[in-house]
Amino acid sequence: MAGAAVALYAYACQTTGPKGLLDGDVASRVYVAPGEHDEFYAFLSGGFSGQVTVYGLPSGRLLKVIPVFSQYPENGWGYSEETKPMLETSFGFVPWDDAHHPQLSKTNGVPDGRWLFINANNTPRIARISLETFETEEIIEIPQSAGNHASPFITPNSEYVVASTRFSVPVPQRDISIDEYKAAFKGTISFIRADRPGEMDIAFQLLVPGYNYDLAHAGKGPSYGWAFFTTYNTEQANTLLEINASQRDKDFVAAVNWRRAEECVAQGRGRDVAVTYVHNYMGEERVARSERKRGVRVLEPADCEGMIYYLPTPKSPHGVDVDPSGEYIVAGGKLATVIPVHSFSKMLAVIEAKDFEGEAEGIPMLRYEAVLAGEVQNPGLGPLHTEFDGKGYAYTSAFLSSEIVKWKLGTWEVVDRIPTYYSIGHLMIPGGDSEKPWGKYVVALNKITKDRYLPTGPELVHAAQLIDISGERMRLLLDFPTLGEPHYAQALPAELIKDKVVRIYDIQRNRHPYATLSEADARVERRGGTVHVYMTAIRSHFSPDIIEGIRVGDTVKFHVTNLEQDWDVPHGFAAMGVPNAELLIMPGETKTLTWVPRQPGVYPFYCTDFCSALHQEMQGYVRVSPAGANVPLTSNGAGQGKVLASGGGR
Amino acid sequence: MSARQPPVVSRGEGAVPRGAPPSAPVVIRAAARQVRLWIVTSTRAAPGGLGTGARIAVAVAALALLAVLVLPLWRIDLEAPQYPEGLGMEIRVNTIVGVKPNDLNNINNLNHYIGMKVIRPEDFPELRFMPLLVAGLSGMGLVVAATGRRRLLYVWVALLVLCAVAGLADFYRWSYDYGHNLDHERAIIKVPGMTYQPPLIGSKQLLNFRAHSWPGSGGWIAIAAGALASLVAARELVRARRARRLAEAA
Repeated sequence: MAGAAVALYAYACQTTGPKGLLDGDVASRVYVAPGEHDEFYAFLSGGFSGQVTVYGLPSGRLLKVIPVFSQYPENGWGYSEETKPMLETSFGFVPWDDAHHPQLSKTNGVPDGRWLFINANNTPRIARISLETFETEEIIEIPQSAGNHASPFITPNSEYVVASTRFSVPVPQRDISIDEYKAAFKGTISFIRADRPGEMDIAFQLLVPGYNYDLAHAGKGPSYGWAFFTTYNTEQANTLLEINASQRDKDFVAAVNWRRAEECVAQGRGRDVAVTYVHNYMGEERVARSERKRGVRVLEPADCEGMIYYLPTPKSPHGVDVDPSGEYIVAGGKLATVIPVHSFSKMLAVIEAKDFEGEAEGIPMLRYEAVLAGEVQNPGLGPLHTEFDGKGYAYTSAFLSSEIVKWKLGTWEVVDRIPTYYSIGHLMIPGGDSEKPWGKYVVALNKITKDRYLPTGPELVHAAQLIDISGERMRLLLDFPTLGEPHYAQALPAELIKDKVVRIYDIQRNRHPYATLSEADARVERRGGTVHVYMTAIRSHFSPDIIEGIRVGDTVKFHVTNLEQDWDVPHGFAAMGVPNAELLIMPGETKTLTWVPRQPGVYPFYCTDFCSALHQEMQGYVRVSPAGANVPLTSNGAGQGKVLASGGGR
Repeated sequence: MSARQPPVVSRGEGAVPRGAPPSAPVVIRAAARQVRLWIVTSTRAAPGGLGTGARIAVAVAALALLAVLVLPLWRIDLEAPQYPEGLGMEIRVNTIVGVKPNDLNNINNLNHYIGMKVIRPEDFPELRFMPLLVAGLSGMGLVVAATGRRRLLYVWVALLVLCAVAGLADFYRWSYDYGHNLDHERAIIKVPGMTYQPPLIGSKQLLNFRAHSWPGSGGWIAIAAGALASLVAARELVRARRARRLAEAA
C-alpha cells in the first residue's frame, strides 16, 4: 500500500526514534530559567472545555486558563452577576461550548496583540478576549447558523471575523422533516465587524448551498479582500456522512470576495431578515450587559454577481491556508493523496475570462486544473492544515500518518518530515497564518496521547509537541500536556503584549453600580425581598463581617469590592451552602454573588485566595432567621446606621 | 586682594564700514559684544567682593536648589520577597507620594499589621512651608551672586547647612515617631522590643522588609549645590585670610 510505504518512509527518515529520543542540547533550547520569561505567548483553544489556555513557549508552561464559553467556578465566571450575561444566547443561558479556533487581531496582516477571537462551535458564537486583561469582553451570537466551525478567521486589518455553518440547517429555522435537506437546508457565511470593541455586529451574511463549510482563512497581500472556505458534503447527505459525504472526487473551496459583498450591501442589495440574536458586552463598568439584536442583512449569490466562486478541490478538504505572500491557497484534502495548491492570480485570470466549468446552485465553478498552482506529492496521509515559516516553506499536518511534512512553496517538493505523538490535528507556527511569521517553532496539537505521560485512567490529557524549525531539519524539543482539546492555536512574541498587561483595576475608576469604594460605606440594605450587602475586602478582613436579619427566602446579593490596589492580591469570597460558585475579585473590582438561603442558621463566609499572613482570619458570619422573623437587619459595616458590637473590639 | 578686573573689551571688531549694510555675522557679533559688556559691567564685583567665577558658582548652586521643587528629596525603598517590582515612597518638598501610584496606600495597608499610624502628607506641616523655604534660599543665593557680597555668602551657606541639619533632624523625629509610637491595641503583629523606624540613611531589616533610606534625585542635587556653595565659601575664607596677612606684612 502506498500509505504503508509513506509511513515507513516517515519513520526511516527520522533521526529521532518513535519515542522521540532527543539529541544534544535540546533541553537547553526549551529551558527557561526560574524567574525568566518565555519568548512567546501561545493561545490554545480549549476545544470541549470551551475556554482558552495561555502557554509560554518554548517552555510549554501553562500560564492561564481564560474562561470564555464555559462556566468556571474557579473564579466565578458565569456564576457572578457581572459575568452571567456573557453566556446568554437566544436559546437562553448556555453554560458550555466547544471552542476551536483562536485568532489574534491583525494590523497589516500581522498579529498586533490587541485581542484574541475564538469561536463557539456548538451554539454559534464568537468571543473577543482583551489581551490587556486576558478576559473575555464580548460575545456575539451568530444567527441562522449551526456548527460554527469555519470561524472566526480574521481579515488582515481585523475588519471582520467570519462564521459559517458546518451543519446546514433550515433557513429560516422551522419544524420540517430532515428528509427535506436538499430543498430546505442552507449554509450561511457571516462577516462580523470585529475592530470596534463593544460593537461586534453581523455586517452581512451570505446564503449559500447546503454543504458543510469547514474551515477558512482570509486572503492577504494581493488576495486582500477575499476569504476562502473549504466545503465538504457537497453530496448533501443528511445521514451517515462518513460514507455518504465521501462519494465525490472533489468538493470545493469557496472563494468569497468580501469587498464585493460590501459594495452590494452598500448598494442596498440583498434583504433584511428578521432574526434575533444576542450580543453580550463587558464594558468599562465591568458589568456585562446582554442585548437582543434583531435583523441581519442576507445576500444570496444571485444578489451580488462576482461575490463567490467555487474552486473544485480533492476529497473533502479540511484546512484552507493562505501563504504569507497571499498568492497560494493550500487546501488539506483529508482523504486526498496530494495537497492541492491553488493560485490566486490564476483564479483571478479565470474569473476575468469567465472560463467556468459550470455552476453549483448559481455559484460559478472554476476548473481545477485552471487554478492549480501545483500539487504536493506524498504529503503524508490525511493532510489537514498548513502553516508557513516565512522562509519559503510550508508545514502540513498529516493526521493518519501522524507527522508534520515540510515542503517548499513553488517547487512543491517535500523536504523533511517528523512524527507527532499521536494523530496531529492543527499545527501552529507563531504568526504562521500571517504575512510575517516568526518561523522559529511549530507546535503539533495532537488528538491521541496514549503512552506519552504517566497513565491517568481512561481519560487522558491531549499532548502537544514543540518542534524547532529554525534549521533545515525539524527537531523535536518538548512534549507537553494541554487542557481540554486544543484545536487551533495562535502565538506571538511576548514583547507585543507583556508590558501593557493590566495589573490592577483602578479603584478610582470603578463604576460598578454596587461598588463600595471605602470601608466607611460598608453596609447592608434591604429593598423588599432583596438584601444588598455592600462589602469590602482588604488584607485581612471583610467589612462588614457580621450580618444579621436575613430571612429564609430573601435574595441576598453579596457585592464584594476588593479595595486592594496592589499587584497580585485578589480576594476570594465563599459562604457555606451557597449553591453557586465562589467569587474571585481582582484588586479594584466589584463582584456579586447571589444566594437565596433555604434554612435558618449561622453561615460562615471566608476569603478563598490566600491573600496575606492573616488570610485564615479573613472571615465572617451571616445569620439567617426563619421567614417572617423580626430580627432587624444589621451589620458591623461602618456605613451601617445601626452598628453591632463585634467580638474583636472594633 | 581685590576681585579680578573684567577684561577690557575694546577691539572694535564690531565696527561696520560706512555705507555698506551690516552683514548678519557682524550684527550678531556686535550684539554678543553688547551682551558681554552688559554682563561684565552689571555684575562687576563690589570692591572686596566675590570674583566672577565664585559668583557664577553661587548662582549655579542657587538655581540647582530649585530642582527639589520638582524632584524627590528623599526616598525610602522597601524590599521584600513578595515585592519583586519594588515598593517605596518619596519625600518631596511639598508632599509624600508612592514611587508607583499606589505604593503609599500599599505601605499604609501593610503598616496596619504592626499598628503604625497611617502616613498622610497632610499630617506634616513642614510640607506646607518647605517649598517657600527652598524658593527663599534659592533667591538669597541669587542675591549673593548678584551683589557679590562675601559676608552674605557666609550667611547663606550657614543657612543652607542649618536647614539641611534641621531637615534631617526633623526627618529623624518623624521616622522615630512613626516607628515607635505604635497602636499596640490594634497591632496585629507584635514583636517584643521591635520598632520600625527606617534608618536616617542606609539600610535596615524591618521584619520581612529591608528598608533603604537614601536621598532622592532632588536631594542629591541639593547636596551637590550645598557642597558647591560651601566650597566657594571656604575658598573665599582662605583668600580673605591670605589677603589680610599680605596686608599686614605690607
